[in-house]
Amino acid sequence: MSSSRRLLEGSTAIAESMVSAGCRFFAGYPMTPFTEVLESMARALPPVGGVCMNAESELEAVGMAWGAAATGTRAATGSVGQGLSLMQESLSEICFARLPLVVLNMARGQGDYYQATRGGGHGDYRHLVLAPADLPEAVRLAQLAFHLADRWRNPVLFLGDYYLAHVQEAVDTGPIDFGPSPAKEWALDGSTSGTGRAKLVSPIVPTKRDDPHPVDYGQHLGAMAEHVATMADQVEPMAETGYLEGAELVVVAYGTPARYLRSAVAGLRQEGLPVGFVRPITLWPFPTEVVAQATAHARAVAVFELNTGQMFDDVRLAVLGRCPVTFIGGLSFDASGFGIAPDLDVAVVSERVRRALDEARRASA
Amino acid sequence: MTIPTDRPPSIPARLVDDFTPPLILPGEHFLCPGCGEPAAMRSVVEIIDELGLTARALAVFGIGCYTAFSGALDVEVLQALHGRAPSLATGVKRAKPDTIVFTVQGDGDMVNEGLQEVLHTAARGEAVTCILLNNGVFGETGGHMTATTVLGQRTKNTLEGRQAAAHGYPILIADLVARVEGSAYVARGATNTAGNVARTRRMLAAAFELQAAGAGFTFVEILTMCPTGWFIETEEAPAYLTDNLAAVHTLGVLKDVRQSAPADPAPSA
Repeated sequence: MSSSRRLLEGSTAIAESMVSAGCRFFAGYPMTPFTEVLESMARALPPVGGVCMNAESELEAVGMAWGAAATGTRAATGSVGQGLSLMQESLSEICFARLPLVVLNMARGQGDYYQATRGGGHGDYRHLVLAPADLPEAVRLAQLAFHLADRWRNPVLFLGDYYLAHVQEAVDTGPIDFGPSPAKEWALDGSTSGTGRAKLVSPIVPTKRDDPHPVDYGQHLGAMAEHVATMADQVEPMAETGYLEGAELVVVAYGTPARYLRSAVAGLRQEGLPVGFVRPITLWPFPTEVVAQATAHARAVAVFELNTGQMFDDVRLAVLGRCPVTFIGGLSFDASGFGIAPDLDVAVVSERVRRALDEARRASA
Repeated sequence: MTIPTDRPPSIPARLVDDFTPPLILPGEHFLCPGCGEPAAMRSVVEIIDELGLTARALAVFGIGCYTAFSGALDVEVLQALHGRAPSLATGVKRAKPDTIVFTVQGDGDMVNEGLQEVLHTAARGEAVTCILLNNGVFGETGGHMTATTVLGQRTKNTLEGRQAAAHGYPILIADLVARVEGSAYVARGATNTAGNVARTRRMLAAAFELQAAGAGFTFVEILTMCPTGWFIETEEAPAYLTDNLAAVHTLGVLKDVRQSAPADPAPSA
């Protein structure tokens, strides 16, 4: 074990990791469990010369982060799904302005899968979505998010949850080298004003009126569509798989709940039951190929998520009717409303997987 | 010296000055004849140039007719959403404190959609200059009521004129911003007369000088003509501005931290 690993709470670990990735600007508006990340950033940024803004609303938080990102500064903002709803208009525009930005959703439950992967904003945009399941992965993906945002000049959504914010695990939050990032020749600092070639960062029309190669709005949207298609094609989808050998039922889950499903599948395997496990880590691009291969010989696929069935759609698109896809998740909230799920219990989810396997065997008998 | 008038001049006639304003790229804008915004925009960039702040200048544009200038200036531009320019300007300034940052918003953008943004940015004492081009209508949509439309003003959705009972009262945004601690300089000018343009230019100069000195938040509201959105003849617009808009949104310097006595002392208890 490396001596640089320390026992940290998730919100602190994620914040420290973002600072290690070079994040120097953060803006947020309190909302549990995002608040804890905001607190940690307020502690971590000033000592390294960074800025943490207590924005007056989520609208201003995303606006401030947009402004900082336009200067080439590694910037991040975030909230919980509700606050992200407020930010959607700006997130669309930041995608169209081709600016890198990291956005955290420390979600309550898993009801924000559609918001994260489809977006609630306007126009044909997409952002990358990373969904860690534990702190070592969260620390790594928090840094990868900045790298990918710079690489693709596109916002990246880090989809966390209440557990990731509050669980304590031993992690190393030091910098991870993902290789060089492209130079930000588009970044604004005022220095090109008056040169005859002053820069413009705009979601609408990206060229000034005397540009020798002017781009109109339609061409800009066309270029954006090409950019989205390129990301969909070239961003490496990530997924964890396990216990797939001879699996008759494959369970798909993401985020913290996937840890419970992985335990359940491991336990059922010990009983000799042929169940397998797939955990998408990038939710966009969705690891369609991994899910398709993992389920190619299964009798059925079961999806567990803490909502009424959202990733369920992407799994069905990956399976494309080759076998039945059933939903074994559902809403689960305690009185706090923070996304603490009474159903997250290995015994409870094991029983659902066992039942799904029984049904699959009965149906295909 | 006697100038001979019985023959052509020995030196051929030539252009003695180039009237192309600085920091404006060649080309045409597509704003309406009689619009007051081009004069305001030109004043802003001329002052930036005159103060020697060009190489640090960065504009954040809102959404309105004036957005036509976001691609027309030889100044770095960050294009924002409707209402959101002050928060973007905040992010720019905090990330790059050496920049001279100004926003350009209309009354619909700033006072309707983004009212809280400008007030919070003022309260934070953010070292940016917010410029409001106030014509009392949504010009780009074709002349609809905004939060600064004066009582009695006819717009497409106040056909008999703005009535307080039905449509509420106009917000005097400069007065509001001046009340916020954190604002260092607040003034209201206009582009309807040459004298007002000259006064507005002095206000802009004061605002940018104070921003460069790190004095705090600076704010210049500029009343501009919109004959199209006011449904009047172009040549009537300057007088209409004086008689209607400026009668409510009164011109002048509302706050200047360089002056020791407050312009509007609080009444004693």
